[in-house]
Amino acid sequence: MAEQALPRIETSRAQPISPLREVWFSMRANPGAMVGLGIIVFFIFCAVFADLIAPHSPIEQFRDNLLQPPAWQDGGSWQFVFGTDDLGRDILSRLIYGARLSLIIGTIVVTLSLALGIFFGLMSGFFRGIPDIGIMRFMDILLSIPSLLLAIVVVAILGPGLPNAMIAIAITYVPNYARLTRASVLQELSKDYVTASRVSGAGTLRLMLATVLPNCVGPLVVQATLSFGSAIIDAAALGFLGLGARAPTPEWGTMLADALKFLEAAPWVVVVPCCGIFITVLAFNLMGDGLRDALDPKLKH
Amino acid sequence: MLRFLFTRLSLVIPTFLGIVFLAFILIHLVPGDPVEVRMGERGIAPARHAELLHEMGLDRPLYVQFADYVGKVLHGNLGLSLITHRPVLSEFFDLFPATLELSICAVLFAIIFGLPAGMLAGVKRNSPFDHLVMGVTVAGYSLPIFVWGLVLILTFSVDLGWTPVSGRISLDYDFDRITGFMTIDALLSDQDGAFESALSHLILPTIALGTIPLAVIARMTRSSMLEVLGEDYIRTARAKGLGTFRIVAIHALRNAMIPVVTVIGLQVGTLMGGAILTETIFSWPGVGKWLVESINRRDYPALQGGVLLIACLVMTVNLMVDLLYGVLNPRIRRR
Repeated sequence: MAEQALPRIETSRAQPISPLREVWFSMRANPGAMVGLGIIVFFIFCAVFADLIAPHSPIEQFRDNLLQPPAWQDGGSWQFVFGTDDLGRDILSRLIYGARLSLIIGTIVVTLSLALGIFFGLMSGFFRGIPDIGIMRFMDILLSIPSLLLAIVVVAILGPGLPNAMIAIAITYVPNYARLTRASVLQELSKDYVTASRVSGAGTLRLMLATVLPNCVGPLVVQATLSFGSAIIDAAALGFLGLGARAPTPEWGTMLADALKFLEAAPWVVVVPCCGIFITVLAFNLMGDGLRDALDPKLKH
Repeated sequence: MLRFLFTRLSLVIPTFLGIVFLAFILIHLVPGDPVEVRMGERGIAPARHAELLHEMGLDRPLYVQFADYVGKVLHGNLGLSLITHRPVLSEFFDLFPATLELSICAVLFAIIFGLPAGMLAGVKRNSPFDHLVMGVTVAGYSLPIFVWGLVLILTFSVDLGWTPVSGRISLDYDFDRITGFMTIDALLSDQDGAFESALSHLILPTIALGTIPLAVIARMTRSSMLEVLGEDYIRTARAKGLGTFRIVAIHALRNAMIPVVTVIGLQVGTLMGGAILTETIFSWPGVGKWLVESINRRDYPALQGGVLLIACLVMTVNLMVDLLYGVLNPRIRRR
């Protein structure tokens, strides 16, 4: 009887908020990160629905409209909002399809380098001694070659082209991930929960993947976001140097390299892909900075 | 300190051997016939092919070839360029001063603007200036060198006509090469306007190459400053009644500089990578442009030598930074 009259005390609801929500709250307080996130969402939207959004095909040549200026300039028309290039291709459509390509490049490069880096990092963190020294020395050697130069060398060996360029860039990122993983593994291994897990009979593989790795995710996520932007820059740089994507492919760096001859006559052919690269990379860096602040409060200043 | 010195120096040997191995394996991994890759010719007669194979020692086991290559590298013999038939080493050092001049200017540019900006942003935390610095540095960091270089050329060379588009100096001037640094040689030549011409060619590439280091240095200085300003001895200094300027300039700056010096040293790798793009855009006749041309001309010995030399350079500078770090921060020596 008396129980019904008592007001319910809501103590059970006061659970700690989940880490994911905590990160989200911290991100929401950071205007830069939110702007970055917004641009990234827009970028992914463009990349996924390129077929629907793009007004023209990225490789269709409108022979009557060579080097037509953007719509807001004299001689421009709304048929080609950002104008056309020297072969009469619609720059806006190429930009949109280029976003798709950049998304693919970033995803593949980050996945590949993350997988290799985590593998090497776990190996050297768990099996100290010879494997550790061997792996970390090798990573040091890779780090002593400037990443663009290393990528160029790998492309020289594998041959030019977008797939090889992606492999080359992924290789240059491996040392960063390997070092990050190793450092967090070493930090986690000394903690009690790992010892507890080990004592209760967990094997090395289980310790590696199920116990330790999930707790090393924070710095890796930050680095992955930041290197998504770098991957786009580096792929564009290789394309710019003529070692990446080949001619009709609407890759942003290749577009720039093709447009250089028209720098003075038709600056928009150069400026549009420049803006595409810059805004996308800026978004990933803003987002990465926000994530770092959210995931690692120690670094927050 | 001596022990610290020796440990660090001994670590260099395996890294050096690794770099040499990487350069060695590079030319072996290049697809195609080994003799043709090294000679740059196709369709060599089989008898001559076998002779050349033996002459170059390519019929020997790989480890003998490697040992042989290490010996050659240590004697400064990096082979001949396939295109110019000159030693790769002398070709590299002919072009290197141009890259060095550009890199030095870029670092100076980055330090001169990055250091005070970062310091001030750290001291005036959360002020509009701080937000401005943070915003500009994120933007600078996100700006690929080739995009930034093109924007600079479009604005200052094409639209405003203030600076030349490419090269190191106007073709009107001609003088002997003494130091290899165009600005210094121009000064020494005593020709009217030569120095100004060299300088005006240098400005845009310097900004293009120096912007990323500038952003990195400014951010590092800011966060290092913030960390130091939170230390107890700063509070003590404040409590003693010292003025802000004195605290920042004398007490905080020295300790805040330690990580910044490291970061500046670590920019060498970034600079060398960036030089490849900057030199290509501005037609700057340095090693970066030379490397890109070597790839396009399939001049593999030049590429191999160039990669080896640049990697050794970066390794050496990193070592020096490491040693300097030990000097600046005595705690690190005991590890």
